[in-house]
Amino acid sequence: MLIKVAHPYPIRPSEITPETVYADRRRFLAQIGLATAGAALAGVGRAEPAADPNLAPLTVVRKSEMAGGENVTAYTDITHYNNFYEFGSAKEDPARNAGRLRTRPWSVVVDGECEAPGRIDIEELLKPQTLEERIYRHRCVEAWSMVAPWIGLPLADLLKRFRPTSKAKFVAFTTLYDPKQMPETARGVLDWPYREGLRIDEAMHPLAFLSVGLYGRVLPNQDGAPLRLTVPWKYGFKSIKSIVKIHFAERQPEATWNKLAPGEYGFYSNVNPLVDHPRWSQAQERRLGELFKRKTLMFNGYPEVASLYSGMDLRTSF
Amino acid sequence: MIRLWAWRAAAWALGVAPLLYGAKLILQSRLGANPVEFLEHYTGDWTLRLLLTTLSMTPLRMLTRLTEPIRVRRILGLWTFAFLCLHFSMYLVFDLSFSMTQLGEDLVKRTYITLGFTAWLLLLPLAITSTAGWQRRLKRRWITLHRFIYPAAVLGAIHYLWLVKADKREPLIYLSILLALLAFRLPWVRIMSSWRLRTSAE
Repeated sequence: MLIKVAHPYPIRPSEITPETVYADRRRFLAQIGLATAGAALAGVGRAEPAADPNLAPLTVVRKSEMAGGENVTAYTDITHYNNFYEFGSAKEDPARNAGRLRTRPWSVVVDGECEAPGRIDIEELLKPQTLEERIYRHRCVEAWSMVAPWIGLPLADLLKRFRPTSKAKFVAFTTLYDPKQMPETARGVLDWPYREGLRIDEAMHPLAFLSVGLYGRVLPNQDGAPLRLTVPWKYGFKSIKSIVKIHFAERQPEATWNKLAPGEYGFYSNVNPLVDHPRWSQAQERRLGELFKRKTLMFNGYPEVASLYSGMDLRTSF
Repeated sequence: MIRLWAWRAAAWALGVAPLLYGAKLILQSRLGANPVEFLEHYTGDWTLRLLLTTLSMTPLRMLTRLTEPIRVRRILGLWTFAFLCLHFSMYLVFDLSFSMTQLGEDLVKRTYITLGFTAWLLLLPLAITSTAGWQRRLKRRWITLHRFIYPAAVLGAIHYLWLVKADKREPLIYLSILLALLAFRLPWVRIMSSWRLRTSAE
């Protein structure tokens, strides 16, 4: 049997900034007299702490660089610029408020169309023999992006343990909803609990990942501790945080943002520079740590998922 | 006279203080993970705050019968426009990298940008004709021209409301203050409040 090995994520020619453009941006900055302010804005020279030492370290069996060699975003940026509305709708709110979240004990209920429904304890997922690190690009629907070193396991590995039946066409995920730990939910900005879903073939794709760690240690609460989805070719809101329930479903499950504004947030929400959000362009994005915008890549630079959508019109099924 | 100077100093402080504070945050690299977004929001917020302050001077005059609020309106209005220009340049430089084609595209496709740009366009002639010379030259038409601040303010408030994803609390606060200030301009509200002032003075 011919086994096709995926290309090891090289930098594609389209991703390389032409030297003239690259050289010109400095002259451009200097010309408009922003050179100093620019350095301050980009945080050049800012001391960069590693992961919070209070979080438990994780051991991994392998590390894979899967973001085309791009620089990993600073830990402080990944942990202080979050969308986690259960802890407030401003970007810096989750870092401030997520301390209330109790991540132990924690278990995930798995049920629905599967032969072996059950419950999985978080400790079981933290076993080093199954954990790996993957550096993925992350693109938010709001047109900012980052590159993060996640630790976790392929989603398919976990899902297969529960033996989904042929009726399992979708996988639905639910975030914890506890107003005591999440006082901001009282304001009802979103329809809690937060829910998301994937088609079963998307969920089984080798790139779909369940993260339990970041930067070598367990996830900080604001990034979705103790366990979150990481689907790098989709807009960030699909990568649901602090999961308590996984449900195999025959029909397409409800997804929070999709339900709130179906014209703005599709069920698929694949990163696609050609399909704009009704209110803003998706052609470009601002990488955290960079001043100017860069081009957004189709499927966020993961073309190997394209076959999942062959024959589909990505403009209507956005 | 001293009272007028105090009012003028306060109006200048309202413009200078957020400017200095912003500069301080830049120099200390305290703008967070997305500095451009931070500054765009910062300058946008202050544009709206100064605009609402400018628009509250007439009601303030009516209620207090002081003349000073009217005499610092220009200072506040010009600071509003200064922050609006900063806001607009952040977008031109960092979001568009000066691409005029992209600006054209945004103006056609993105309603909130169309609204914001129109507000800037409406306020531009007001900033230019804010001098005493222009006021003299335009005579009564000056007052008509400067009523453009009302549609510009409405557009600015909706511009903010339109770009928020789900949590509309803050833009709605700005919009309700604006509507209250505009309602004060309705003839019957003015008559009623001046009548109440008169009776209370008697």
